[in-house]
Amino acid sequence: MSVKGKAAIAGLGLTPQGKVYDRTHVGFAVEAVRLALEDAGLERRDLDGLLLNPGLAWGDAAMGSFNLQQALGLRDLRLSATMNLGGATAAAMIQHAVLAIASGMCETVACVFSDRPLKPPDERRSRAGEPTGSAGAYAFARGLDAAYGQFGINAIYAMVARRHMHTYGTTQDDLGAVAVAQRRWATMNPAAQLRTPLTLADYHASRWVVEPFHVLDCCLVSNGGAAVIVTSAARARNLRKPPVYVWGMGQGHPGGDPADSLASGAPLAKGTAFGMAGIESRDVQLCELYDCYSFTVLVTLEDYGFCAKGEAGALVASGATAPGGALPVNTGGGQLSSFYMWGMTPVVEAVIQTRGEAGERQVPRRDVVLVSGNGGLLSTHSALVLSPLAA
Amino acid sequence: MNPEASARPVPQVTPYLAPFFAAAREHQLVVQRCGGCGALRFPPREICSTCLSTEASWQPVSGRGEIFSFNIMHQIYHPGFAAEVPYAVVVVRLEEGPKITSNLVGCPVDAITVGMPVEVIFERLSPEVTLPKFRPRAA
Repeated sequence: MSVKGKAAIAGLGLTPQGKVYDRTHVGFAVEAVRLALEDAGLERRDLDGLLLNPGLAWGDAAMGSFNLQQALGLRDLRLSATMNLGGATAAAMIQHAVLAIASGMCETVACVFSDRPLKPPDERRSRAGEPTGSAGAYAFARGLDAAYGQFGINAIYAMVARRHMHTYGTTQDDLGAVAVAQRRWATMNPAAQLRTPLTLADYHASRWVVEPFHVLDCCLVSNGGAAVIVTSAARARNLRKPPVYVWGMGQGHPGGDPADSLASGAPLAKGTAFGMAGIESRDVQLCELYDCYSFTVLVTLEDYGFCAKGEAGALVASGATAPGGALPVNTGGGQLSSFYMWGMTPVVEAVIQTRGEAGERQVPRRDVVLVSGNGGLLSTHSALVLSPLAA
Repeated sequence: MNPEASARPVPQVTPYLAPFFAAAREHQLVVQRCGGCGALRFPPREICSTCLSTEASWQPVSGRGEIFSFNIMHQIYHPGFAAEVPYAVVVVRLEEGPKITSNLVGCPVDAITVGMPVEVIFERLSPEVTLPKFRPRAA
């Protein structure tokens, strides 16, 4: 059974992002749902499904979606789940919502992410010499790694990026080209945390976090919440905003060591999602790709077949993904320059662009929009093909 | 500075890693060998992910390998490494196949290359814990 065009994203809610401390993680989630309902022209009683992707601040998030249901005062839900595939979760929640709606289990589902990893200066408690803020939030070490001084997600992605550079000749300039192109988009996004124009020279001059990553190769860390409302296509057509139809969806979780394959789960997810949507890579007009690192964008472009393996650096360096290019990528600035709501960051920008609400940065061609999510160390992957057209 | 705060983290000798550290104290690098399919693996697992056998033993390896990949840490994540940055973390692919994360010593960070031949050395951290590290070797 194809679900193409059976459901649509009808509401979008995004709280203030970044160093904002006036809500807890639960408060940000409630606020995001309230904004998404208002955007759609729906009431709380219209929701009969709730899916939650808990950020770090939720802890082990036992019964997270139930806790959020209580905080929102929602009654009589017919679908509820707390989901975690890391950065692939946001698109995966939308997929589960579409499946539930198409099967008749429920009709209108809120998909929610929130986090509050950043603490205000007066709440920070840290031993001398340990980082707080962005560096501290994702600094956990696994197993023996701490003894060897390998901390955080940045370090393990750097290992895979270095291997890609060795195998394919990807350069530091190629990584920098991603950061520069996305900043050009971000300068036109009022919601972006980083809007100052950036040159390749600025990139090279920025501090190293862990080579080969400068700080500008790494995503931001943001407090905040983001939510979308997914509903049946029939209902979406009668709401406040133009429907963003789900044409295709897929997942790919390759297993094994990505430092060997130098690939994500995108090839597998693409086969399913593009098949369902009835499209090829060349039909995609706009990409909103998960960009925890500049490097992740290069791998993802390769794995969706927009270029051969190892050639994404040249593709981005050519300007193709920047404003005015043939294949716009991460048009809100992505996680590198706008805000970091895990997999919600690309979803949010895809909804804005597909509706035609992106203002100065609006791309002209947006009939076929690709969204990717990526979690762990290229471990999990989810894909959505979205369109303003029903079919 | 408080000396306790600047100490580097010493890994816990968990039951799964005890044979690894026992061998390291004797300056021997060992990896796990599956009793079902013979696959060599590191870090150790409870059950073989190749054949799902629960049988395993520890096998000495040559300690020779090459740099599979590396990163250079600049950000200080732990006070014990504040005086060390920038330092390299390496993934060594052993001649016998398994990969092991470690440090490269005796080599400036800007001279490290993927494919560089290396060999194991041992660094004593405490009476219980000796850490295998690597240094360059002639090819």
